[in-house]
Amino acid sequence: MYRIEGLAKLAGRERYVDDLPLQDFLWGMTVRSPVPRGRIRAIRFAKDVDWREFVVVDHHDIPGPNEVLLIERDQPVLAAQYVRHMHEPVLLVAHPSRDAVRRAVRAIEVVVDPEEPVLDYRKPPRPDQVQYGSDNVFKRITIAKGDVERAFAGAAVVVGGVYETGAQEHVYLETQGMIARLEGDTVVVVGSMQCPYYVLTALMHALKRDEHRVRVVQAPTGGGFGGKEEYPSHVALHASLLALKARRTVKIVYDRGEDLAATTKRHPACIRHRTGLAQDGRLLAQDIEIVLDGGAYVTLSPVVLSRAAIHGAGPYRCDHVRIQGRVMLTNAVPYGAFRGFGAPQVQFAVERHMDVIARRLNMDPVEVRRINLLRDGDTTATGQVIRDGVDRIRLMERAVELCGYHAKRLDHARHNASDATTRRGMGIATSYHGSGFTGAGEVRLKSRVHVAGLAGGRVEVRTASVEMGQGTLTVFTRLAADRLGLAREDVLIAEPDTGRVPDSGPTVASRTVMVVGKLVERACDDLRRQLELGRETRGDTLRDAIRAWHREHRGAELIGEAVYKKPPGIEWDDTNYRGDAYAAFGWGAHAAEVEVDLRTGNMKVLDFVAVLDVGTVLAETLARGQVQGGVVQGIGWALMEECKFLGGAMANNQLTNYAIPTSADVPPIRVVFVETPFEHGPQGAKGLGELPVNGTAPAVLNAIAAATGTSPGNIPLTPEVMLDLLERGAGTAVVG
Amino acid sequence: MSVLLPDSTRAALDMLAETRGAAVPLAGGTDLLVHWPVRLDDHERTYLDLSGARELRAYQWTDEELVLGGLTTYWDVLTDTRVWTHFPLLTHAARQVGAIQIQTRGTWAGNIVNASPAADGVPVLMAYDAIVVLASVAGQEEVSLADFYTGYKEMRRRPDQLIVAIRVPRRAHAVQIFEKVGQRRAQAIAKVGLAVTRSDAGWRVVAASMAPTVRRCPAVERLLEEQAPVHGPEDFLAAIERDVTPIDDIRSTARYRARVMANLLYHDLRGVCNFIQ
Ligand SMILES: Cc1cc2nc3c(=O)[nH]c(=O)nc-3n(C[C@H](O)[C@H](O)[C@H](O)COP(=O)(O)OP(=O)(O)OC[C@H]3O[C@@H](n4cnc5c(N)ncnc54)[C@H](O)[C@@H]3O)c2cc1C
Repeated sequence: MYRIEGLAKLAGRERYVDDLPLQDFLWGMTVRSPVPRGRIRAIRFAKDVDWREFVVVDHHDIPGPNEVLLIERDQPVLAAQYVRHMHEPVLLVAHPSRDAVRRAVRAIEVVVDPEEPVLDYRKPPRPDQVQYGSDNVFKRITIAKGDVERAFAGAAVVVGGVYETGAQEHVYLETQGMIARLEGDTVVVVGSMQCPYYVLTALMHALKRDEHRVRVVQAPTGGGFGGKEEYPSHVALHASLLALKARRTVKIVYDRGEDLAATTKRHPACIRHRTGLAQDGRLLAQDIEIVLDGGAYVTLSPVVLSRAAIHGAGPYRCDHVRIQGRVMLTNAVPYGAFRGFGAPQVQFAVERHMDVIARRLNMDPVEVRRINLLRDGDTTATGQVIRDGVDRIRLMERAVELCGYHAKRLDHARHNASDATTRRGMGIATSYHGSGFTGAGEVRLKSRVHVAGLAGGRVEVRTASVEMGQGTLTVFTRLAADRLGLAREDVLIAEPDTGRVPDSGPTVASRTVMVVGKLVERACDDLRRQLELGRETRGDTLRDAIRAWHREHRGAELIGEAVYKKPPGIEWDDTNYRGDAYAAFGWGAHAAEVEVDLRTGNMKVLDFVAVLDVGTVLAETLARGQVQGGVVQGIGWALMEECKFLGGAMANNQLTNYAIPTSADVPPIRVVFVETPFEHGPQGAKGLGELPVNGTAPAVLNAIAAATGTSPGNIPLTPEVMLDLLERGAGTAVVG
Repeated sequence: MSVLLPDSTRAALDMLAETRGAAVPLAGGTDLLVHWPVRLDDHERTYLDLSGARELRAYQWTDEELVLGGLTTYWDVLTDTRVWTHFPLLTHAARQVGAIQIQTRGTWAGNIVNASPAADGVPVLMAYDAIVVLASVAGQEEVSLADFYTGYKEMRRRPDQLIVAIRVPRRAHAVQIFEKVGQRRAQAIAKVGLAVTRSDAGWRVVAASMAPTVRRCPAVERLLEEQAPVHGPEDFLAAIERDVTPIDDIRSTARYRARVMANLLYHDLRGVCNFIQ
């Protein structure tokens, strides 16, 4: 099945927010904090600018509370007296000329009395650095299973390790952008986003308007990866405030430099493992500490920590597990949602750690995993019984076979003994990812989907789940068409417009296909029920029935509806972190072959294999693309993507210096799907989007460790660090 | 922004003279127009679009030399198989500049005048003893590329002068090496660049991203001329330290740069020179 909007994108006809035709509008821009922390003393406007030409907005212009509504209300729309991070929005300026507004922003000086910022999340804050609670901890989570200390006492071997992962930028091709206009008394916002209803709620709160006086429309979105989960609310608020003050349409589109400097990144993490093992390699006890850098405001960090904690122990059987996580305030630009949402960080740690264990026990890394991987009937760290019919060991074996693991290892041993300047190695990692929100999270969301029967006999699927390159339009089309026996041309997907579509929840957390897709199917069924037709009514009969209904009910709407229902048997205790964390998990096994250049420390991934079980695959080409893209993002995170922070600001906020992989930097990526249907997913599908990132970085690093005999524990592992490791011949993973 | 559109080299030189060198020559624009939206001050300047000066495209081989024109692009060089035979480092370097879009627009002269310490075109030209031909209404002058730079982004070109040609002498080379170490395998800025040649004229060792300008490394060249025994990469470090002054910056570290240059010299020359063991 081809991608519904593929041709428009390929031919350059798709209109992103910056391409939408617009007349008589102002360009908006943001004046930002020049320091990471301090009290605003003054705002100075240069004398040589005629400020009457500009619309200027500050916190006084906010009709409602000066809060960006999310989990907490700690983050202001515009800083009033105090700034907590570099580039925090302070003022907004608009003008018909983009150059003029760019100059104006430079002609405004925010004068701040600086205070001591927290720039290292790993160090406990000094008293004068405390800015949240008594210790700057945004959130703590503990997961406890069994009796860890007793299990350690009986362990033959105890292996420790510390692992760190860096911030990562999403690099969506389309930067953040939003248009706000007034239609009568309604504020209409059109822009690039993943979660129209998040934007709507944020606007209603700070603009003090009910849902009838605000509308949010998603424009075709050029990539999100989580970067357009919570951040677009800010841009939408800014554009709306300017539009309300100017009584004109306002457009804000970030330059790449501004986007890189001022928007969210993946949470940096420091993860400590202490593992007790039997002599034969069985896991007896896992003690895991997770510390995340949250940045200056709470944003989504508690939920990121939640996913990190739940995935912290890896897909392994172990009766005694303790996971303690916390996310810390720092005066960094707030970290945010990013594909994987805490899971890649902890899985990097646990998968590297499995290889450290294997080396310590003098075992093959594949063997250590084979012994410990979850079998059906085993429980996870939260006590969730896994019984989904997936053979996780077979999954890993497929990856091992496909990459030629054993033969390659012999080849490499020969190569490494004779080659003067390169070393080669193989690395394996397994992975898992819970689809959708946690059990309780989906219940809270109460997602709703409509499928309307149109007068002409076609149907329209109405959800707030967006297309951002990942394939929502195509998959929803297929699901509705298959369910109703219609041709794909007879299925329309509504533009996500909060004035027209119900709240099907955010487009995040690998939930769109599994959770919302299921609702699409159920709404199709409900449509049939409205028509008093049975399950067997399909195709032309159904279209005729829809047309007949409209002839009888002129002007009325025929709508099938579905509201989220928890799959039976799923119980999650959010207070004690016990039970069924997610309705389903996707599983993966990843193999990498690398070559390290001893002269330069450069690392090249020569081959990559990903074997995934995400249930039924609904659109093979798109799914393959998701996996390949996730692997590329994982390789970038592992080897080159480094946010260089100087005094709380990203110093390399250009794509020249924040390097992501080019096609020349990625190997052929071979993808295999093993399809074990999930009974509560649409046609048996589970979540797919995030899983491919989780296992990539550890597979690559494990291969590098194998190639060089070093034991790298931190990513990004740049050639600069690699050369040091080669010289020292030892790892950065601290045993303790 | 205003743009002057000369239709010949002569007209271009006249315009440069008339504006007293205030007009900025524009060739491929791949340096000048980068980050254009935020380079607000550049929007006020006058540009001299060289594309109408067709003579600057002239590109020719003689018995003694290859003469690149003032508008010769990387692509012109990449698609000429004779270059691959006689000056393979030019082909190597051209292939590693940006990607095809940049290779087809970017010029060798633009690379020289942009004067980035990380340039890829400059080191290979310098290793081949290229000569820069400058012209103004007052006449022509020639400067060896090795002597062209006087400091960071400073060079022996007056604002009223254009590069009208780059002369590369034809010689037999026993050694020709080009290494570009970037943050990734394409579309990268060099963290370390190295061009090495050996001909009757002797060794040429040129380093990029190791000093405020691309430059020759006389101490390393001397070490090679003298054929003093070299036992490992470390034996190059003292000479490297004399020749260049690498720094810590957004892309790499001084320590990495020096070590990589030493490693490259050692491993690349080991099979070629018997005094390197
Ligand atoms: C995406 C991208 C990737 C790149 N990758 C690389 C790379 O890998 N390696 C690399 O070295 N460079 C790279 N560059 C930089 C650039 O492409 C090169 O420096 C190129 O050679 C510049 O040539 P140009 O003709 O485009 O110069 P322009 O931008 O037109 O001009 C550059 C400078 O030279 C002056 N100038 C141009 N022609 C003349 C002349 N005939 N006489 C006098 N002055 C003149 C101009 O006034 C200006 O100061 C890259 C640039 C981009 C945008």
